[in-house]
Amino acid sequence: MKKTPLYDLHRQYGGRIIDFGGWALPVQYSDILEEHHKVRTAAGLFDVSHMGEITVKGPGAEVFVQKMVTNDILKAEDFQVVYSPMCYPDGGVVDDLLLYKFNKEEYLLVVNGVNTDKDFQWLGEHAHDQVEIKNVSSEYAQLALQGPKAEHVLQKLTDTALTEIKFFRFKPQVDIGGIKALVSRTGYTGEDGFEIYASSEDASVLWEKIMEAGIDAGLAPAGLGARDTLRFEAALPLYGQELSRDLSPLEARLGWTVKLDKEDFIGKAALTAQKAQGLRRTLVGFEMIDRGVPRSHYKIEKEGEEIGFVTTGSFSPSLNKNIGLAFVDSVYAAEGMEIDIVIRKKALKARVIGLPFYRKRYRK
Amino acid sequence: MKVLEGLKYSKDHEWVRVEGNKAYLGITDYAQSAMGNIVFVELPEEGAEVGEGESIGVVESVKSASDLYSPLSGVVVEINEELEDMPEKINQEPYESWIAAVELNNAEELDNLMGADDYIKFLEGEA
Repeated sequence: MKKTPLYDLHRQYGGRIIDFGGWALPVQYSDILEEHHKVRTAAGLFDVSHMGEITVKGPGAEVFVQKMVTNDILKAEDFQVVYSPMCYPDGGVVDDLLLYKFNKEEYLLVVNGVNTDKDFQWLGEHAHDQVEIKNVSSEYAQLALQGPKAEHVLQKLTDTALTEIKFFRFKPQVDIGGIKALVSRTGYTGEDGFEIYASSEDASVLWEKIMEAGIDAGLAPAGLGARDTLRFEAALPLYGQELSRDLSPLEARLGWTVKLDKEDFIGKAALTAQKAQGLRRTLVGFEMIDRGVPRSHYKIEKEGEEIGFVTTGSFSPSLNKNIGLAFVDSVYAAEGMEIDIVIRKKALKARVIGLPFYRKRYRK
Repeated sequence: MKVLEGLKYSKDHEWVRVEGNKAYLGITDYAQSAMGNIVFVELPEEGAEVGEGESIGVVESVKSASDLYSPLSGVVVEINEELEDMPEKINQEPYESWIAAVELNNAEELDNLMGADDYIKFLEGEA
């Protein structure tokens, strides 16, 4: 397994290490529910150094990126972050990513760890001499400091006024306790917070400085388990579950990130046609009526007919009930619709409900 | 990890407390710790017949669902319905939180289980 620069610290903090897509990362330190509640009420610190970083530079960078992703980056300002899927010609999703725009000739793409090599290759296949694409993942460590106390904690370590880094904006070269890092007001939990990119060599010191600064605020290290329940409650998609080669961003309710009116991008024709024809299936949220915990890949039925499948399901720590995300035939996607989740061969009742499950508390 | 004297243990990390011809089953401290926060328990039905090694229920943590395999054959005579509303009791008090009781078909099957000392050795081998 690959190790992040923080591996030794995870061991020291009592992290329970698992294999996450080839990376040795902690699923939890204390327990998932406690870490989840910490992030909702105070703050949590995550190691997300497995995420990939790819730079796109050169005079052709803007046109190139605009062609590769479904969202419109021409409207983005310098030091703005744009979330976007990147699609295949048939509308299936290569990956979903964050685009950090430094200027028209320089972008940093932050991609899912498991997809880094695939994305780098895909980008490379479409590159030309006006762009230079580099996989710089190994140079970066990434920490996510998330929760209502995140700003308070980080502000103790820097003279940069963090209130000036607005939602989905970033600032490079921020001095955090003597360490230079790129800081963005982004995250994957539904709470306010920051993602912090530093050089791999600085990662351990940075982690310790943040943990120390956060003691009085109740900051705790948080693992992948809590990261998943947090993003799930906020209905933020996870590649491999809500997004994949075989699912389109329109089906996954990411229509707001697919700008069919922009000039051209890979997947435009297929997605335009899909929208015109109407979506055969749709991502929905549901809550269990019967007792049972839904899990990924469980089948969904209506009157004995298969109508879909669960993408993510779990006990929700914030809502204290069992809920799930699922793709269902669009005719069954209306809120209030009763559906059956097949759990260990039993059809258990559930009800379609609105998304997100947990109202996001971003500071904009 | 806590291991109690006087109980029998299976390699699947279940404990068994024998009372007369009845055996109460639960999961060990090691098992609950390895699973993490337990959020759901599916109990068997009273009167159900179980064979040795067959599933007698399901214990689910935040991350995963695990079958509870009965190390003994018999008939389910009691279930701990309290766990349906308070599954977290398994984390808090694993040896108090019995899941089901089985009326034994064959008391000799108990000989296949470990005592506390052997279970401690078994855990050391797992680590």
